[in-house]
Amino acid sequence: MARILSILVGLFFTVALAWSFGRGAYTQITEPAAPTAEHHYHLLPKDVHFASDGGFGKFDRQQLQRGFQVYKEVCSACHSLSHVAFRDLTQLGYTDAEVKAIAAGFSVPGTDPNTGEATMRPGTSTDYFPKPFANDIAARAANNNAVPPDLSLMTKARHDGPAYVYSLLTGFTEQPAELIKEFPEAKTPSGLHYNPYFANLNLAMAPPLVADGQVEYGDGTKATVDQMAKDVSAFLIWTAEPKLEKRKQTGWAVLGFLLFATILGYMSYRNIWAGKKH
Amino acid sequence: MSFPWAKEYTPSHPFMKWMDEKLPVPRLIYNAVGSGYEVPRNLNYFWNFGFLAGLCLVIQIVTGIVMAMHYASNTAVAFDTIEMTVRDVNWGWLFRYAHANGASAFFVVIYIHIFRGFYYGSYKAPREMVWLLGVVIFLLMMATAFMGYVLPWGQMSFWGAKVITGLFGAIPFVGEPLQQWLLGGFAPDNAALNRFFSLHYLLPFVILGVVILHIWALHIPGSSNPTGVEIKSESDTVPFYPYYVAKDGWAIGVFAILFAAAVFFFPNALGHPDNYIPANPMSTPAHIVPEWYFWPFYAILRAFTQDFFFIPAKLMGVLAMFGAILVWFFLPWLDKSPVRSGSYRPTYKKFFWFGLIPAMAVLFYCGGAPAAEPYVMFSQIAALYYFAHFLIILPIVSAIEKPLPLPYSITEAVLGKDEEAELAPTA
Repeated sequence: MARILSILVGLFFTVALAWSFGRGAYTQITEPAAPTAEHHYHLLPKDVHFASDGGFGKFDRQQLQRGFQVYKEVCSACHSLSHVAFRDLTQLGYTDAEVKAIAAGFSVPGTDPNTGEATMRPGTSTDYFPKPFANDIAARAANNNAVPPDLSLMTKARHDGPAYVYSLLTGFTEQPAELIKEFPEAKTPSGLHYNPYFANLNLAMAPPLVADGQVEYGDGTKATVDQMAKDVSAFLIWTAEPKLEKRKQTGWAVLGFLLFATILGYMSYRNIWAGKKH
Repeated sequence: MSFPWAKEYTPSHPFMKWMDEKLPVPRLIYNAVGSGYEVPRNLNYFWNFGFLAGLCLVIQIVTGIVMAMHYASNTAVAFDTIEMTVRDVNWGWLFRYAHANGASAFFVVIYIHIFRGFYYGSYKAPREMVWLLGVVIFLLMMATAFMGYVLPWGQMSFWGAKVITGLFGAIPFVGEPLQQWLLGGFAPDNAALNRFFSLHYLLPFVILGVVILHIWALHIPGSSNPTGVEIKSESDTVPFYPYYVAKDGWAIGVFAILFAAAVFFFPNALGHPDNYIPANPMSTPAHIVPEWYFWPFYAILRAFTQDFFFIPAKLMGVLAMFGAILVWFFLPWLDKSPVRSGSYRPTYKKFFWFGLIPAMAVLFYCGGAPAAEPYVMFSQIAALYYFAHFLIILPIVSAIEKPLPLPYSITEAVLGKDEEAELAPTA
C-alpha cells in the first residue's frame, strides 16, 4: 500500500515535470530567445594584478596613497565612502598630523555650539568621510537621475571587483558601429555613456578619468589614465577589506599550527589503531 | 543500550564516586563518547561526518553569539553594524567570516552525512528514529541558515527573504494573509528582520536539543557500519575511546585545515557580491539566488514552469521543493530491501552513483544559474529523476533486486574469517 501511494505521488511530480519540460522545449524550438546587445557586447573584466593579490599579498602603501588622492580629487565629488573614517588613513602610512590635516580639508555636518543650529565644520580624525549629497534625491537631481553608489565596499560588491573597477574606469569607448547596426534599439541614449564592462553597456557616469596628468602625484609617478585607474582600484581594495593583510598573515600561522596538530593527530590515530585491523 | 562486553564506568576517586551517586554525568559521557560505547571496528571515513557536524554546530553557536553582541536588528543600521564589526571590533572580521563560512562548512558536512545515509541504508530499521530526527535537524538548519542570511540586510538578504516568504503566498486561500502574518507587513521590513533575528538566535539551541535526541536514538541500536551487518560479538567492535576519539581527532584536523583555508584566504568565494550592497527595495538584482546550499531545492522550485491541471505552476514548485525533503521522512518504509548497505545491492548502487548523484550535481549547478534555458530544462530532467528515484525506483528496485551475499559478521568482513561463524548454526 505504502509503495503504491509512493509510486502515485512519484508519478504526480514526474509527469508535471515532464509536462513543464515538454512545453519549455517546444517553446525553445519554435521561438528561440532573441539575441541581445548585452549578450554579445558585454565583456568580462580585464586581467589586472595588484600587490595585495595572492596568499602573501601586501598592500603597496605608496599606491594606496596615490589611489586615495584620485578618490579625493576625482571620485569624491559624487561618490561617498561612508564606512571609512579619516583615522583609518593612518593604515596607508600617513602620520596622525597628516590625517588631521586631510580631515580638516573636508567639511562635515556639525552643530553650532552656541546656537544649536546645523552647520558645517572642518573634519577631525574621528569623522567618517562626508557624503557628497545630502540625500538620494539630491544625488539623482545632480546626476541624470542616477545615484552614485557608495564606494567603501565596491570591490567586494561586484564579481571580480578590483578588476571590474579598473576595467570600468578604463573601458569607456565609442559605441561600436556594428552594435548599432545589429541592435538599433540598443543605441546609447543621450546622457548615458557606453562601456562594455557595465552589465547593460550604458551607464550614467561620465568617464571620470579622461586625461593623463589629471591628478598630480607627489611621488613622481606618471599619472596616466591607466595608472590612476589602477591606483584607485587598489585603494578601493583597501577600503573594502582593510584587514586583508592581517587576515592572510593570521591564516598562515593558523594553517601552520593546524598542520602540526593534524600530523600529531594522525600519528596518534595510527598508534592507537596499530594491530587493530579495520 | 550497550553491548554485554562494553566496559562499565567505575569511578575510583572519592569525588567521582560521590558525583556518580548524585548526578552521573561522567557516567553518561563515558557511555556516550567514552570507553563504554562500543562501535563497529570497520567504520570508514564517511562515519566521521556526524562528529564533524556536531563541531560545526558548536562553531556556529560560539561565533554567532559573539556576532550578536555587535549586531543590531534594525533595517536602518543592520548592514552598518556588520561592517562595524568587521572593521572596528577586535578580530571581528574573523568571527564574521568564520560564521558565514561556518554555515557553508556545516552544509558540506551535513550533505555528506545525509548521502552516507542514502548509500549505506542508515535510515533502515532499527535506526528509523535516528534518521527521522536527522531530517528534522536538516529542516531546522535550513530555516536557521535562511534567516541568518537575511540579517546583514544586503541586497540578496532582502530579495531572498522576499522570494522565499513569497512562496507562502502560493498556498491557496490562506497564502497571502499567512505571508503578511509571517512578515509582519506586506514586504520584508523591520518587523521581519527583528523576528528573523530572534528566531535565528533561538533555532540553533532547538537544533542542539534535537541533536541530543538524534545521538540518544543512535545509541539504542548503536552505530551502523559499511557492511550493514549488525554487531554480533566483541570482536566486531572497539570502544569509542580511544579508537574513534583518535580517528575523529585527526579528521577534525583535516576539516579545520580546509575550513581555515576558506576563512583566511577565500572568505567571500561562496558569498554573493550583491550582499555587499545595502538592501534596496526599489532595485531588484539581475539574478536573485539563495546561498549555494539551497541551490538543489531552488532548482526544483523553478523547474515547474507550467500549470498542472488546476494547480498553478508556482504552487507545484513550492509543493515539490518541500516535498523533495519531506520524502526523506518516508525512506525507511519505501526501501523494502532486507540489506542495508549499498555495497551489497548491485542495482541500487548503480541508481545511486549514476542516477541520484548526477541528478543532485545538475540541480546544484542549475539552482545557482540564471532562470533561463538551457538551465531550466536541465533542472527539469534532474528533478524528474530525483522524484522518480525516491518514489518509484527505490520501492521497485528494493523489492526485486537480488542482493550480493553478506559477510557473516563485521569480523569476517575485516579479517576474512570469524571463528564464531564456524561455530554458529548455518542460517
